[in-house]
Amino acid sequence: MFRRLPDAKRDTVSLTVDGNALTARAGDSVAAALLAAGVLVCRTSAVSETPRAPYCLMGVCFECLLAIDGRQNRQACLVQVADGMRIETQAGKREVGR
Amino acid sequence: MAPAQVPDCDIAVVGGGLLGSALAWGLQRLGQKVAVLDEGDVAYRASRGNFALVWVQSKGLGLPEYAAWSKRSSDGWRHFADLLKAQTGRDVAFQRPGGFHLCLSERELEARAALLKRLHNQPNMVRYPYEILARAELERLLPGIGPEVAGASYCPLDGHCNSLRLLLALHAGMQDLGARYFPDRLVERIEPRQGGFRLVSKAGELQAGKVVLAAGNGNARLAPMVGLKAPVRPQRGQIIVTEKVRPFLAYPIATLRQTDEGGLLIGDSVEEAGFDDTVGHGVISTLAARAVRSFPALAGLNVVRSWAALRVMTADGFPIYEQSASFPGAFIATCHSGVTLAANHALVLAPMLAAGELAAELDVFSARRFDVSTAA
Repeated sequence: MFRRLPDAKRDTVSLTVDGNALTARAGDSVAAALLAAGVLVCRTSAVSETPRAPYCLMGVCFECLLAIDGRQNRQACLVQVADGMRIETQAGKREVGR
Repeated sequence: MAPAQVPDCDIAVVGGGLLGSALAWGLQRLGQKVAVLDEGDVAYRASRGNFALVWVQSKGLGLPEYAAWSKRSSDGWRHFADLLKAQTGRDVAFQRPGGFHLCLSERELEARAALLKRLHNQPNMVRYPYEILARAELERLLPGIGPEVAGASYCPLDGHCNSLRLLLALHAGMQDLGARYFPDRLVERIEPRQGGFRLVSKAGELQAGKVVLAAGNGNARLAPMVGLKAPVRPQRGQIIVTEKVRPFLAYPIATLRQTDEGGLLIGDSVEEAGFDDTVGHGVISTLAARAVRSFPALAGLNVVRSWAALRVMTADGFPIYEQSASFPGAFIATCHSGVTLAANHALVLAPMLAAGELAAELDVFSARRFDVSTAA
C-alpha cells in the first residue's frame, strides 16, 4: 500500500513487532515504519474492539495507540524508531500498570 | 389576574436537566400532558458535568429525613433503570456493588468513623448497614491501594451509573411517551393566571395548568415569580477523566470510579466560585495527587479531559420540594443529587405533582426551613 521514496537513504534500524523482526529507517516514526512494512492495524478500539490504524500522523487523533517497550497506549506517530525497540499491537483497552 | 385560557399542557417543567427530565418522564408516564422548557447548550448544566454516583453513605447529618429519602431512591434505582431500559432500550449502566470512602491517614479514618456515628445516632435516622474497614480488610476488597490508605467506610447501598446516558434515556423516553421538549426557551417570566400559568420566553409563550421549577441554579430567579423561594447557589466541582482501561475498580469510591466504558473519573472537589465554571490547576493537581496516593498505579495513566461544573446548593445542602401557598399548582424541586434522587423524582415525586399535592413527608424539605435564621 505504501512505498518509500526512492531517494531516502538513511541508516536502518531493527525492531520487533509482536515478536517478528522488522527493519525500518532511522528517523521513521513508529507509525510510518509500520505502514511502510504493511502492518496496517495497530490496535482494536477500547469500547467496540474494532480495528484501528494510524490516521492523522501528527499526534492529534490518538488512533495509532499501541505498546512500545512494554508501555501501552503510546502514540506511534510521535515516537521515533530505535534499535531493539519492542512494538506490540494492542487489543482493546489499556491495562493499569502496563 | 388575566382571564383563563385553554392550557397548552397539564404541566410545564422548567428545566431539562436530570431533575426536570426525570419529573417529565414520570409525569408523562402517568398520562399528564407535559411540556419541558429548557435552555440551550450554553446553560450551566450540572447534569452534564456530574460524577454519576448513586450515593447514600454520609448523607443526612442534620436532616435524617434526607438520609431516608436518599436510601429510598437508591432502593428504587434498579426498578427505575429497568423501566428505562424496557422503554427506550438504553442501558444506563446502573450498578450497586456498595461504595467506599477512602481515608488517607488514621486521623481521617477516625474523623470518618465519628461523622458516620453522629449521622446514625440521630433520632429518626433510617436504619441501614455500613462498616468502617481497617486497612487489612480493605486490601482484599480493593487490591492496589497505596501505603498511605488507613482504611475506609463502606455502605452496601452505594452505586453508580452512566449519567450522560441517563439524561439521554430520560429525554428519549419522555418524548417517546409524548412529552414536548423545547430547547432554547429560557423562561423570562411566569405569570399566574386563572386556572394556570403563562410562561414567557423570547421564543414564545406557553399556557400550563401547573408548573414545576426544575431549573437548577436558575430556580433562584424563577421562584419568586410564583410566590416561592429558592435560596440556591452554584458550588463548583472539578473532575478528571483518564483514558479507558480494562476493569480496575470493582466498586465506586466517593472520589474515584470507573465508568462502564473504562475511563476512571477522579473528582469530588468543592469550591465557592460563583458562576465561574473554569478548571483550575491547583484543584486538579490535588485531585490527581490524592488519586495516586489511593492507587499508585494510576500515576502512569494519561488524562483525557478535565472539567468543572456547578452544583446546585442550598445553605444546608438538602433539597427543596414545595408547592406555592400563594399560587397553588406551582411547585419547586431542586437538589444537588440529581443522579441519586432520579428514581424518587421519576417514581415518587412525579405522581405527587400529577395529583397536585406533595405528601406530608416532604414538608421538611420546604424552603420555609430557611426562614428561621433570618428571624433570629
